[in-house]
Amino acid sequence: MAERIEIALTVNGAAVRTSVPARQHLSDFLRTTLGLTGSHLGCEHGVCGACSVRLDGCVVRGCLILAAQADGAVVETIEGVAESGEIDDLHDAFIARNAYQCGFCAPGMLLTAAEVLAESAGGAGTAGGGLMTRDEIRAALSGNLCRCTGYQAILDAVEAVMLSRAKA
Amino acid sequence: MKAPPFSYLRPEDLDAALEVLAAHKGDAVVLAGGQSLMPSLALRLARPAALVDINRISQLTGIELRGDRVRIGALARHCEIAQSDLVASHLPLLRTAIGHVGHRGVRNRGTFGGSLANGDPAAELVACAVALDATVQLRSLRDERRVAAGDFFQSPLETDRRPDEILTEVLVPARRPDEVFGFRELSRRTGDFAMVGVAARARLLEAGLRDLRLVVFGCEARPLLSKAAARLVEGTPMDEASARQIAAAVAQEMDPMADLAGDASVKRRQARALVARLLMEMAHG
Amino acid sequence: MPREEQNPPSETLIGKPLPRAEARRLGAGRGTYVDDISLPGMLHMALLRSPYAHARIIAIDTTGAAAAPGVHRVITGAEMAGVCQPLVAKLDFAPGMISAPQHALAVDEVAWQGEAVCAVLAASRAQAEDAAELIEVSWRELPVVATPAAALAPGAPPVHSALESNLALEMPLSSGDVEAVFEEAAVVVEHDFAFGRQTGVSLETRALIADWEPHGRSLKVHQSHQAPFQMQDVYARHLDLPEHRVRVIAPDVGGAFGVKLHAYADELAAVAASVMTGRPVKYVADRWEALLADIHAREMTVAGRLALDAEGRIVGLSVDVLSAVGAYSIYPRTSVGEGIQAAQFAGLPYRVPAFWGRVRVVYQNKAPTGALRAVGMPVGCAVTETLLDMGAVRLGLDAAEIRRRNYLGSADLPAKSPGGLELGPLSLDACLEKLLVRMDYDGLRRQQAELRKKGIWRGIGLATFVEQTGVGAGLYGPAGVRVSAQEGCTLRLDPSGLVRCTTSVTDQGQGTLTGIAQVVAETLGVRLEEVTVEAGDGGATPYGGGTWASRGLALGGEAGLLAARDLRARILVAAGALLQRPADSLELAGGAIRAADGASLMALSELARIVHFRQDTLPPDAGFEMMVSRHFVPRRTPYFMANGIQASYLEVDVETGQILLLGHWVVDDCGRVVNPLQVDEQLRGGIVQGLGAVLYEHCIYDDQGQLLTGTLADYMVPLASEMPDIDVAHVETPVAETELGAKGVGEAGMLGAPGAVWTALHDALAPLGGVPRAQPFTPARVLEALGE
Repeated sequence: MAERIEIALTVNGAAVRTSVPARQHLSDFLRTTLGLTGSHLGCEHGVCGACSVRLDGCVVRGCLILAAQADGAVVETIEGVAESGEIDDLHDAFIARNAYQCGFCAPGMLLTAAEVLAESAGGAGTAGGGLMTRDEIRAALSGNLCRCTGYQAILDAVEAVMLSRAKA
Repeated sequence: MKAPPFSYLRPEDLDAALEVLAAHKGDAVVLAGGQSLMPSLALRLARPAALVDINRISQLTGIELRGDRVRIGALARHCEIAQSDLVASHLPLLRTAIGHVGHRGVRNRGTFGGSLANGDPAAELVACAVALDATVQLRSLRDERRVAAGDFFQSPLETDRRPDEILTEVLVPARRPDEVFGFRELSRRTGDFAMVGVAARARLLEAGLRDLRLVVFGCEARPLLSKAAARLVEGTPMDEASARQIAAAVAQEMDPMADLAGDASVKRRQARALVARLLMEMAHG
Repeated sequence: MPREEQNPPSETLIGKPLPRAEARRLGAGRGTYVDDISLPGMLHMALLRSPYAHARIIAIDTTGAAAAPGVHRVITGAEMAGVCQPLVAKLDFAPGMISAPQHALAVDEVAWQGEAVCAVLAASRAQAEDAAELIEVSWRELPVVATPAAALAPGAPPVHSALESNLALEMPLSSGDVEAVFEEAAVVVEHDFAFGRQTGVSLETRALIADWEPHGRSLKVHQSHQAPFQMQDVYARHLDLPEHRVRVIAPDVGGAFGVKLHAYADELAAVAASVMTGRPVKYVADRWEALLADIHAREMTVAGRLALDAEGRIVGLSVDVLSAVGAYSIYPRTSVGEGIQAAQFAGLPYRVPAFWGRVRVVYQNKAPTGALRAVGMPVGCAVTETLLDMGAVRLGLDAAEIRRRNYLGSADLPAKSPGGLELGPLSLDACLEKLLVRMDYDGLRRQQAELRKKGIWRGIGLATFVEQTGVGAGLYGPAGVRVSAQEGCTLRLDPSGLVRCTTSVTDQGQGTLTGIAQVVAETLGVRLEEVTVEAGDGGATPYGGGTWASRGLALGGEAGLLAARDLRARILVAAGALLQRPADSLELAGGAIRAADGASLMALSELARIVHFRQDTLPPDAGFEMMVSRHFVPRRTPYFMANGIQASYLEVDVETGQILLLGHWVVDDCGRVVNPLQVDEQLRGGIVQGLGAVLYEHCIYDDQGQLLTGTLADYMVPLASEMPDIDVAHVETPVAETELGAKGVGEAGMLGAPGAVWTALHDALAPLGGVPRAQPFTPARVLEALGE
């Protein structure tokens, strides 16, 4: 079954037209075909979140989506999002608090944090409808495994950005 | 852990999807959210000849109120359910439970129909479907049928769905003004499947809880709709002692599967605690 | 361009909480991990692994696999053995420790479920996996030894046919007449402790690309590893290659924790496969393989006994350690270290007049085990601290008070411990007192008492630890293990006055390279960003140990300091020759050579230009060479003992067995703290790994030696939700032997966290009569401790 599926999609703002093996997941497609090695494979069974990318605006696990399913979709990886400037404040906060150690979880963690912050700005994700508590932020980040930091520096960075964005 | 080879098909409408399933005679599987299917492919536990991607079939989407029931399309994603005002108003149990389903990345893709069709007895939505007495609609080329959730889940990962059928939608009775709900789950970490969980619905009247549907899940081969709880609750003023007594009866009714988290006696003990606390919460707010 | 200031403040960088230079790149997704690298002609390797825990290989038929799409070659163990020597771990001082030879691909016999048997090399990993399924092997199953008791039973079948006995090692450690002491003691507490088998779970799995170039006959290996030089030695000797033609390069590494310290048969197989095919071979362990085949650790039982006098002072301690390892002793460090350290580190913070210790290490038909972060120290700590608290309960003493009565104080140190370890100055009392204040110990005790009246059961646990860091040649040298304990630093002043540093130390996120840059920059009077530090490439850095036994800043930082001082001296000598002033009248600060009053005499960049391009303008005998290399290894002491204390505050739901962590504290003395931002997060990360070990992590095998925890859904590591905020504070007792004064800290967090939860759980359950027995403390085990 050397079947290949034609796909046309947008990746980090650029149009991509190619064919992919039916069984290839989106993460492998991004990493090996497009050379976007910023998202990583930590488990390939949907638990660790290191493969997280944005599909049509939502954070998803790239290892749980077939590349073929991304036909017609808008995909953003950490490379594109970092370049856009959208998460500069988050990135700076992570650096200042040493929330990156080995860096392997970082791309997935950042995209998840960015989505969490965007939703919380709209009042979602929190019981009170206002800013998230530290426990709520922890819960929101619990789909991204980090083995180095113990999470606290990451939590501090996300909380700091949430507060500073709320002031602005 | 790369998936074994398979064909990939992406029908544009329901009839085309059903034709493909029929043609493959059981060797094709439906791909909806993929959050359960993809790991099993990666681990090479599943080896279908073909995947039928139903994500483009628009008639399977949507969440609407239909009279006194809410129709949830099979492709309604967990995140849509979490954000739906309709679900918040009319299906508060689901709204509570959905926050326990996996993590954000999983909820952004996973579907309601997919969770029920997968039939994992530890899944929150499976338990809620039974607690709420939901009805599942199944379509094949030949016919269309409806199955009560309580009959749909048969054993771990086995449901009443035939290989040539697609679960298309679920009808869930909407909340009545006198109804209260409860949900408690014991899991090691946020987002894990439940070790033991309880989902319940009842009417709260002057005299107490009535028409209780209390489902124990997580450790049973199929969600356990407790007859003992329903019987004992009727007309019983709920206090710590009666809650414990009813919980003990539910524990006796259970037939828990032992697993890495513990043996049957551990599960019963944990379920007793959860049920007692849940009943007190539902009776007294 | 370095700047030059008229009157600059002296730039103090050591001790500052500075972020890492690598951080920005990593966060932007521009890290380069092994799997991000692709080489021309590269093949992907998948392995057929044994489905049985013990079996004989009768026949292998690879014809179907070799013909599968995309396959280049299929290699069996017999073929590979012609090219590659097996790994055989040995200890010179314990010749009785026999280890079965571990072939890169098994030959004739497999001794653990997951042992690699055949290698498939193909155009893609997916195709290689498809082909591996087509390999036909006929097996004869052999008896499986899946528990330590089974391993030691009389007449037990051997775990491997090369072994006469499953007992790898039996080592006594004793001093004083323990039996007499126990008989006469006022209080004796006894308890049996069990520690579950666990593994490291680095988020990036083990990975390497072996690149054998057959014409020039050179081997380059890109490997996610902590110790490139060790692997250079392993590959050279097992593939019969000259060492200087082997180059191992560690790029960005996504977490290691000791998992990536050892030599693995499957990685050796990838290297041999490259040699056999003349093509680059990439092998990336998938997560199932990582859980199955990464080193496991910690599976131990300890029978502990503690004797106290009526005032709660320790009069005797006895620990009988049974360490259950895997089928082979891991190469090159062996698998006995965890068990030995568990016994040696028991009682270490305390005055222990009489001590009896025994370590037995037994083989089982399970994955090989090896040193994992903190090695056996967490076991020694948990056992000691729990026994002490059990004694405190018997005597009605407060937990903090019983520790005060027993800590080694300045009058007791330096000393040699009963287990044979050398202890220098420690700060046990200072750390305890600081901890009690920071956690509001008295306040928590009051809160605990109030809540107990309402049937809410909270526990407060303390765990004191003494930790071996900056380990020198004395650990592996006498064992004959070819692991270098030195660390080196080479500095090069480039023509624009900027500094390149290469170090033997490796960094997997600890921030060691930034710490070294701080040391070098401060010494040379330049800004932090004017120093770059490169590491990981065994062909381009000074020879040394890498990352293990908490050595990075302690030893690598010292090498950096020595090198920087040497370079500074050369700069000032050359400047003195140019300026016609005595070198010792000159200073180096703010990017310039200055007079004693701070006046700038020459920019460093100007000096650099001259020594690189205008030697013709220098006096003929003036030095112009601006590249220095220094190494450091502890000589006067074998290692640097650090110390600290952790505390856990938790609540137990006695009906469900769930534990809720409410808070965690650490006060750590790692000597001079070069970068508190890096150090504090190493502590937090290590603590969370320790919390994972004590609450969640367990490699579970059935009685046929089949691993039941092969996914991250079954093997649970901590996620953000359940972890507490962790308060970190320091005491600083600088190391006497080094100029820098820093001790290691990388393992401290993981060392003490389990013990803190053991004692907190014991404290929570004590009024109910429950005593914790076996970690991880799953809800089922908590309920078991409570009884019915």
